[in-house]
Amino acid sequence: MLHHDALLPSACRVSMRCLSTVTRWLAAGLLLIGSAARAAEPGTADPMTERLAACAACHGSEGRTVGDTYYPSIAGKPARYLYAQLVNFRDGRRQHTIMAAMLANLSDRYLGEIATFYARQPHAAQPVFDGATAEQLATGERLTRQGDPARKIPPCQACHGEALTGVEPAIPGLRGLPVRYLDAQISAWKQGARRATAPDCMGQIAKALTGAEITAISAWLASQPYAPDARPATSLPAPLPLDCGGVLP
Amino acid sequence: MKRRLIATGAALALAIAFSTWLNQPELAAEDIAPATGASATLEQVTAGEYLTRAGNCGACHSAPGGVPFAGGRRIATPFGDVYSSNLTPDDETGLGRWSEADFYRALHLGQSRDGRLLSPAFPYTSTTKISRADSDAIFAWLRTLPPVAQVPPPSTLEFPYDSALALRVWRALNFRPAKAADIAAMDRGAYLVEALGHCGECHTPRGRLGGLQTASRLMGGPIASLGWDALPIAGPDPAESADRGDAERAALLKTGVSRRGAVSGPMSEVVFHSLQYLRDDDIAAITAYLRAQPLAAPPPAPRVPQVSAETAKAQRREGATIYREHCESCHGGEGQGRPSIYPALAGSRIVNAVSATNALRLTLAGGFPPSTEGNPQPYGMPPFSHQLKREQIAAVLTYIRSAWGNDAPPVSVIEVERQ
Ligand code: HEC
Ligand code: HEC
Repeated sequence: MLHHDALLPSACRVSMRCLSTVTRWLAAGLLLIGSAARAAEPGTADPMTERLAACAACHGSEGRTVGDTYYPSIAGKPARYLYAQLVNFRDGRRQHTIMAAMLANLSDRYLGEIATFYARQPHAAQPVFDGATAEQLATGERLTRQGDPARKIPPCQACHGEALTGVEPAIPGLRGLPVRYLDAQISAWKQGARRATAPDCMGQIAKALTGAEITAISAWLASQPYAPDARPATSLPAPLPLDCGGVLP
Repeated sequence: MKRRLIATGAALALAIAFSTWLNQPELAAEDIAPATGASATLEQVTAGEYLTRAGNCGACHSAPGGVPFAGGRRIATPFGDVYSSNLTPDDETGLGRWSEADFYRALHLGQSRDGRLLSPAFPYTSTTKISRADSDAIFAWLRTLPPVAQVPPPSTLEFPYDSALALRVWRALNFRPAKAADIAAMDRGAYLVEALGHCGECHTPRGRLGGLQTASRLMGGPIASLGWDALPIAGPDPAESADRGDAERAALLKTGVSRRGAVSGPMSEVVFHSLQYLRDDDIAAITAYLRAQPLAAPPPAPRVPQVSAETAKAQRREGATIYREHCESCHGGEGQGRPSIYPALAGSRIVNAVSATNALRLTLAGGFPPSTEGNPQPYGMPPFSHQLKREQIAAVLTYIRSAWGNDAPPVSVIEVERQ
């Protein structure tokens, strides 16, 4: 008896693979009809998407996470920032066991290609956080916009860009990040569990903030409506108020 | 009176016998030629760099994110942690004041410059087989590194493993310096596997006191300190036909992937830092040597929790569904994988191993094969620890261990919990 598989083209022997090809074409077709022009060239699936399926398990497809999750969205962040984070996880300056194990034996070059891939993806549209108190919003906005000159805390915008969407090539945006993630990251800097290339300006700033202020800033940032197509600014509004390692070319 | 004399004599004889026994490694050692004082040649330095790669010295002697070869990497052992030493030529904290004879004594006898015995976390049971010429070349290359002042953290070995006596006993039981004639008689494959590559340090199982069980030479077994199992590497690869076996194994060692497989766990590090840099003729020498090694006694079978036939049947049913949903798109409907991209599960050594340790770890944590020149952009496997419940992980592993001609015991939920 002839096995029915033998009648299928070889690429379709594995049923799921075949199915996923079909879905891909379908998706491409729909995108064309809807002329959703922004979606990265429909139909020409970037092989990086499949190579990085392991990352999608936590960071979502193409690096977009949405909703109340701890996993940060990585789509559309500046490439050099992403690259620095990958190296930091691999080399122990940031802690996450599974990520560190995954990146342990990947070359700098591949990490660079991974960073570039995610930097090119459109942002996720984050829902606006609605759990902040009025007091948190006031404190958060004041510190973000004006800083606290008496305590040598510069305004966040001075580095993260006027619209807080980040600055190419190495400063990330502060928009569209889960509130839990923001709080945990700034606190990690305060406690020394997250470090960036020295001089670590974020460490300095976080250590000057109190726990309550960190919570307020995170709540305010996550409460702001956010345009998912916002891109990082191409240059800083003024020279950096503090030295930050690895930021200038 | 006479009795006491006899007792004293017997005690003395015993003490002498014990100390002779204790000093066996030292008594078996041949003389070490003194340093010549000649400066290193360029050929030596170049050869030294290659040999250092082949020995993978850098993997242990560099801390993550630290300066290469400045030491300080934590090496877990079943008896506590030790930290690797600084191999840069710093006078105070590195090898700055060492001569090539001191360096050879460390590799060959497991002794530091000051005579202190070195922890066997430094694999001198293998490095003792490195030739003097190669040792000198490695030393010459290390001396070209920029000196870095860095002292490794103190080890955390527990009593009695931290005592000098314990180390002596361990050496008497497990270590004999190699004889110059035996070193000279090794062919290239043997030398790369047994001396420089120190493959047996993981691929030969260890006894309770950490000694290599040579009766099961290269037959694999648990690496207690790492929580992974080393695969057996003696003899031909059973998953490959005779005519392809060597080529596939060579691809695996050099690029991290072969037609049907991929390296994982600690072996990824070995390929990433060492094997990918070896010349093709050296890789061929290694594969030819491994193929020719006799299959020794397998290590004692691990004790795994039993799963009843009924439970296993239910697991296989549930596992098949989970497999179709989560695994099949990459590993294929027949467990065939995709050549050099996704490993085949049908016939896989990892899947069919009696101990499910490696398969479990890979399923829970996922991971990437190393990126190498031959496979610069590897495909990764997602972690399933977040997506599947423990019962589901046990079920899908039980399923793949019995599907497509695979034949390995079912996996219990307890085994998943232990990870
Ligand atoms: C098991 C879930 C998981 C997987 C899989 C995973 N990540 Fe992450 N990733 C995280 C978490 C959690 C964080 C935040 C960690 C922290 O607290 O600093 C993170 C942080 C990051 C960041 C830093 C984000 C920022 O804004 O600073 C980058 C970049 C990143 N991951 C990339 C990757 C890539 C690339 C992969 C695949 C190779 C990957 N991750 C796989 C969970 C995961
Ligand atoms: C002097 C410049 C500077 C100032 C001022 C500054 N930052 Fe940053 N920030 C940076 C740099 C540079 C990084 C990237 C660090 C790295 O590479 O890990 C960063 C990263 C971050 C991140 C990590 C984002 C992510 O995706 O993980 C957060 C959160 C953050 N900053 C919050 C703030 C807040 C809140 C303020 C104001 C209180 C602030 N920053 C002020 C320079 C600055």
